[in-house]
Amino acid sequence: MIFLDNLINGLSLGSIYAIIALGYTMVYGIAKMLNFAHGDIIMVGAYIAFCGLQYWGLPPIVAILAAMVVCTILGITIEGLAYRPLRQAASLAVLITAIGMSYLLQNTALMIWGANPKSFPRTFINSSILHIGGLSISSATIYTILANVVIMIALTLFTAKTKMGKAMRCVSEDRGAAELMGINVNRTISVTFAIGSALAAIAGVLLCSSYPILQPTTGSMPGIKAFTAAVFGGIGSIPGAMLGGVLLGVIEIFGKAYISTELGDAIVFAVLIVVLLVKPTGLLGKPVREKV
Amino acid sequence: MKMTKAKRNKLIYNIVTFALVIGAFLILQSMIANKTITRSLKGQLVPICCWIVMAVSLNLVIGISGELSLGHAGFMSVGAYTGAVVSGLLINVYDIQDATLRLVIAIIAGGLLAGLVGAIIGIPVLRLQGDYLAIVTLAFGEIIRNLVNVLYIGTGDGRLYMSFLNKKLPEGIVMLVDGAKGAVKIKPISTFTAGFILVLITLAVVLNLVNSRAGRAIKACRDNRIAAESMGVNVTKYKMMAFVTAAVLAGMAGALYGLNSSTVVPTQFTFNQSINVLVFVVLGGLGNVLGSVISATLLTVLPEVLRAFADYRMLVYAVVLILVMIFTNNPTIRSFVNRLIAPFKKQNKSGGDAQ
Repeated sequence: MIFLDNLINGLSLGSIYAIIALGYTMVYGIAKMLNFAHGDIIMVGAYIAFCGLQYWGLPPIVAILAAMVVCTILGITIEGLAYRPLRQAASLAVLITAIGMSYLLQNTALMIWGANPKSFPRTFINSSILHIGGLSISSATIYTILANVVIMIALTLFTAKTKMGKAMRCVSEDRGAAELMGINVNRTISVTFAIGSALAAIAGVLLCSSYPILQPTTGSMPGIKAFTAAVFGGIGSIPGAMLGGVLLGVIEIFGKAYISTELGDAIVFAVLIVVLLVKPTGLLGKPVREKV
Repeated sequence: MKMTKAKRNKLIYNIVTFALVIGAFLILQSMIANKTITRSLKGQLVPICCWIVMAVSLNLVIGISGELSLGHAGFMSVGAYTGAVVSGLLINVYDIQDATLRLVIAIIAGGLLAGLVGAIIGIPVLRLQGDYLAIVTLAFGEIIRNLVNVLYIGTGDGRLYMSFLNKKLPEGIVMLVDGAKGAVKIKPISTFTAGFILVLITLAVVLNLVNSRAGRAIKACRDNRIAAESMGVNVTKYKMMAFVTAAVLAGMAGALYGLNSSTVVPTQFTFNQSINVLVFVVLGGLGNVLGSVISATLLTVLPEVLRAFADYRMLVYAVVLILVMIFTNNPTIRSFVNRLIAPFKKQNKSGGDAQ
């Protein structure tokens, strides 16, 4: 029974990682950059939803939508202001800019909302607990896993069927050739950031529904772990992000339960290092040949 | 023998760097002797030396070797803990009362252990490139922090006790490292002179390395890995050299830093601390050693002097990181700036090897 409990907790945590990892993996696949600020967009989304529920008295669905809209605008703005001028620059410069952006978001949140942790209000997401046999499952767990599956299917269809999705795949394959085919690369990258950021808002709400402590650093650790998940599954691959996220969540919960609570994070990062050494392209990633 | 112009420029750059550091030391020493130095600045002297060493050593990895390491604070914490344990061991078990001797042994031990950790980390990490390397060094920094959080070390009955995960130590021993409480009951023995000597050693090591055959190989790997490899440069070896040297220096700085206060806690060496050092390096200029020294000094002193600034420190740092990167890397802005300063610049003169 404890084993099943842990497994379900792991799946739920892993689903949150998977949704965040989707944002990382899409941006990395298309813009070839590690968007370090992604974790902090989660935090902003959670804060907006928190304000909507607590101060403005919005219904939960509207609050989540508001968070998604704000995060989408934020994502596009960040991309346009900070990352677009560096499209041709070395990856070191882009990465340092992204780290700067992450700190900018965290410290701006600190100015606006203060350092005191806020407790995320109860919504329909985490209001009830289901009892099946001897198991007790929080409704947040069910919503998280459901959201993960829906998002995953929708994104797969989007990239496979729609015109924008095809453009995204083209840009990630070969940016120069895509440009020659008349694809607006800048707009495609903007749309990618928009989708990733909207997903981050959902992830933020789900994360805070399961772990209801909200502070400016809430997003950074899940963000880094989700990147680990994206690398684990194979960066650039959408099913890979899902698989990596879920596996990483299960590993983390089991590590905490059976090895040591304090070493939970260390175990997650050790997994990342082992994966990169044994199979640098991740579980579902395609090998990339280096061109001179 | 006639010197080439590039060589002369390098020599001038090195002389200026050393002259500035030695000059600053002499002025500060005379201020201490005259008692004209403010209390807060005096307390900052050893930390300033530590941060200079941290910034210069990180610059070796980022600016010279071209790899972004986000776990530099991890090496510092290894050094700080080692320094605290070695110093405690020397006084409790071997009964060495001479503070200078203990400090020197502690700093060397801190450097060696950090270097060893750096080598263990470097072997797998340096096979990776770019963003992967950054995220893995970040992961290692977090793993180190997690591990010291559950480390218990104490001395008693003339021997060293150590346990991991659970505090399973006999009663009545003197704790040196107490899990999440960090290294406790340290006797502060760091001095400004020791810090100054460490800065000089760091500058000598890094400047010599940069201008040597090995340094040119390291820079070749940074500029074009494949070209360097095909010219017969052993990329992994030279990257490893830069990485481990930086780790040793960071460990020494950590030991000095740890022995400057009475406690060292794991939360002092988080990811934020690595970013702090990264800001010193970026603001001073990637690859510019003198720049790192100046920016580390200024950015350590400024928050103390300007209390109002201290609250907004991280916010300002974040903006600085973004703006410096955009201004130095965007082709449009660069050519615009170059056109602005062109009339004032007679010929293309570069100090040292600033990028």
